[in-house]
Amino acid sequence: MANSANQFDVIIIGSGPGGYATAIRSSQLGMKTAIVERDALGGVCLNWGCIPTKALLRTSEVFHLMESAEAFGLGKVKPEAHIGKIVERSRGVAKQLSNGVAFLMKKNKVTVIEGTGSLKPGKPAPQVVVKDGKGAGEYSAKHVIVATGARARTIPAAGLEPDGERIWTYREAMTPKEMPKSLLVIGSGAIGIEFASFYKTLGVDVTVVEAVDRILPVEDVEISTLAEQQFTKQGMKFLKGAQVKSLKKSAKDVTATISLKDGKTETIKTDRVILAVGIVGNVENLGLEALGAKIEKTHIVVDGFGRTGVPGLYAIGDIAGPPWLAHKATHEGVICVENIAGQKPHAFKNDNIPGCTYSMPQIASVGLTEEKAKATGKKLKIGRFPYIGNGKAIALGDSNGMIKTIFDAESGALLGAHMVGAEVTELIQGFVIARQAELTEAELMETIFAHPTLSEMMHESVLDAFDRAIHI
Amino acid sequence: MPINITMPALSPTMEEGKLAKWNVKVGDTVEPGDIIAEIETDKATMEVEAVDEGTVAKILVDAGSEGVKVNAVIAILAEEGEDAKSITGPAKQVAKPADTKPSKPAPKEKEASATKAAPKATPPSETPSSDTKGGRIFASPLAKRLAAKKNIDLSTLKGSGPRGRIVEKDVEAAEQGKITASIASSASVPAGDGSLIMPQVLDDRVYAPDSYELKPLDGMRRTVARRLTESFMQVPHFPLNVDIRLDGLLAARAGINKSAPEGVKISVNDMLIKAAALALMDEPDCNASYSDNGIAYHKSAHISVAVAIDGGLITPVIRNAERKGLAEISREMKDLATRAKERKLKPQEYMGGTFSISNLGMFGIKSFGSIINPPEGMILSVGAGEKRPVVTDENDLEIATVMSVTLSCDHRVIGGAEGAKWILAFKRYVESPESMLL
Repeated sequence: MANSANQFDVIIIGSGPGGYATAIRSSQLGMKTAIVERDALGGVCLNWGCIPTKALLRTSEVFHLMESAEAFGLGKVKPEAHIGKIVERSRGVAKQLSNGVAFLMKKNKVTVIEGTGSLKPGKPAPQVVVKDGKGAGEYSAKHVIVATGARARTIPAAGLEPDGERIWTYREAMTPKEMPKSLLVIGSGAIGIEFASFYKTLGVDVTVVEAVDRILPVEDVEISTLAEQQFTKQGMKFLKGAQVKSLKKSAKDVTATISLKDGKTETIKTDRVILAVGIVGNVENLGLEALGAKIEKTHIVVDGFGRTGVPGLYAIGDIAGPPWLAHKATHEGVICVENIAGQKPHAFKNDNIPGCTYSMPQIASVGLTEEKAKATGKKLKIGRFPYIGNGKAIALGDSNGMIKTIFDAESGALLGAHMVGAEVTELIQGFVIARQAELTEAELMETIFAHPTLSEMMHESVLDAFDRAIHI
Repeated sequence: MPINITMPALSPTMEEGKLAKWNVKVGDTVEPGDIIAEIETDKATMEVEAVDEGTVAKILVDAGSEGVKVNAVIAILAEEGEDAKSITGPAKQVAKPADTKPSKPAPKEKEASATKAAPKATPPSETPSSDTKGGRIFASPLAKRLAAKKNIDLSTLKGSGPRGRIVEKDVEAAEQGKITASIASSASVPAGDGSLIMPQVLDDRVYAPDSYELKPLDGMRRTVARRLTESFMQVPHFPLNVDIRLDGLLAARAGINKSAPEGVKISVNDMLIKAAALALMDEPDCNASYSDNGIAYHKSAHISVAVAIDGGLITPVIRNAERKGLAEISREMKDLATRAKERKLKPQEYMGGTFSISNLGMFGIKSFGSIINPPEGMILSVGAGEKRPVVTDENDLEIATVMSVTLSCDHRVIGGAEGAKWILAFKRYVESPESMLL
């Protein structure tokens, strides 16, 4: 049974951005490490999430620029979207990165076990049983880290269940065989909005249904309102405070029955539907219940070091709870193995995790929204700077957007930063670093920002919070 | 033109303090000499007098605000004939104490931004630390600013951030009394090599939190704890003790008080202060302080007298006690002790001693040893005067009033022989008080 080839210090189940980064760090720390993967290395993020969707959105951005060619002094162009080629490029990008992870595993001497992992009681940690793959067998380790991620939430009772044809989750939505004629996106979080933006830009008639009364509900109200205005201008339709009661398929379309804010019911016929109503953790068939791990709302309950309370069992990433973000998973995983290795990492804290939506315009934020900042009872100083006041934005021909900063008036702490507009997903990191380093408005004001850049708006927003903005 | 009232410095080194109390409110008329506010530092409370006359137009710093920077504008007076209500911000003049006449007009642009920024925006983020001689204190800008606002000495905190950097939560923890902090060194000793002792918190498993009442440390408690720990750990103490007959001194005291003018009443302690000062003049090697740059031999005897007050301990100083008469020492001591109890001493009244006396005789304590009050070289612990059998030089048994005293010495500065010589000199003055007249 057990031999030294099947014995490890650390086994990680799942090779998404949480799992594979954790495996590399574990190996760096001198621990014999294995990773179990039932599908492609890199998990959802690399293969079916963050990366392939960014490839798609890049296509829609280029499409949009081509359409605008005349405005830039170029000849008029009529771009054509070849959906097969677009998907092919996106898959190619995902494949390249997945291969990259395989290389990283090899380079870092991490054993990759192909197959589906599950757990059974054992000492000092649960035993890992792998089935259905080249790596089938039993493995033991001193520490087992569950990083099996999450999947799209479905609501079968209302027909909110993918059929692979007309009703999609993100997975089908990024590999369409033909361009939909019309699209109903259920859910206006980051995933829903990104697909809505991609398809809208390529000319699809898109309607977004959101249960609460505004889109991108986790973002600052002002930001999500500005984003909505932009999307609406592009022709996107929104049904807010609305709920899809049922989806009925016919041979040629889907009929959605939607209860509206005012109590009325509306039926919409649409070619395709994308379900983006949240995600659920992949907690099933792992044997977690038998081990005594605590599961709440499809997530494993853990402490700040990923510990589950079951000796030798840890969980990180999406399965350990929101926010469901790759960078959160990676960070949690690194803390988890560093703690296992006897280092003294700081416990995981979820108050400084940036969130990005790669639609057109982009949305990015970190820290507290104005609403939440107000709820703390602190006196606030709020700065805003619009893209129209920035030279680089005007030169880019992309002058819609805003950067908003929220400070504690007493201490000067940067409580939150919220952005909408071109390239804000790259800009946000400046404020994440500022928050991590606990800079106050004074240091931010004293920092020199390169001219002409979009980042100057970050400076101006900070200055504006203290009534010192220059270009407004 | 409105007149700015600024935060006064209670001592040359003071950078900030607490505005404890306002005695005036907006609309009140003040005259020069009126007490308008009380300022508190770690050890003392001081009154702020109005220098100019006028009407209080605006109070910019609330009572109870900690960490108010010296020279920050705390209130604005409207001059006679000026409408107090029309004043919205500080007067446009360079921030200086109110008693300076606004003779030179300030450069316009600068003042505009300064006055706009000063009270409304945020205070400058400076390290409030008293410890600048030692290693740099690593703290996040936010931690520095919060510490300044909450009047927390960063050098007393232990950082939990990367490489021991002090971050926001360390300051907040310190404020809540959950001190992850360790007690660190003060201005007199270069720090740099980090903290002195382990964090001191009660283990919840041993002492249930509801089984005691936790009283947060105020500035005085913190200072006393820090200085005494530092002294006990850094200064090599050694004690010398001797019994001293008091009969002569008591008789002399009775005689003096009998013939003293109305209102003068010399205490035993007053006479011991004088005797200690004279003994220091006789043995100047003992009037000394250790410093890394060399041993400082003080030219005068400034005697610190330990006074227990509500919530702590303070040591007002009788300066140049060797040159003062008993009546003067007595009068000064009464005044200092009274004001110490009200926490109204100015820093220069409790700092700068060269030698300390602590007397627990009134409690009947026979003898005890005190912890040296750095950078002083010695401290004398005085026990109760009591009737004891004494064998005289003639081998007779007598009843005498005797007290035991213990001299704690800093061995870096004072050798056993020097300490012994001083204690003999002191004994001579006490047993033959007439020699104090010489």
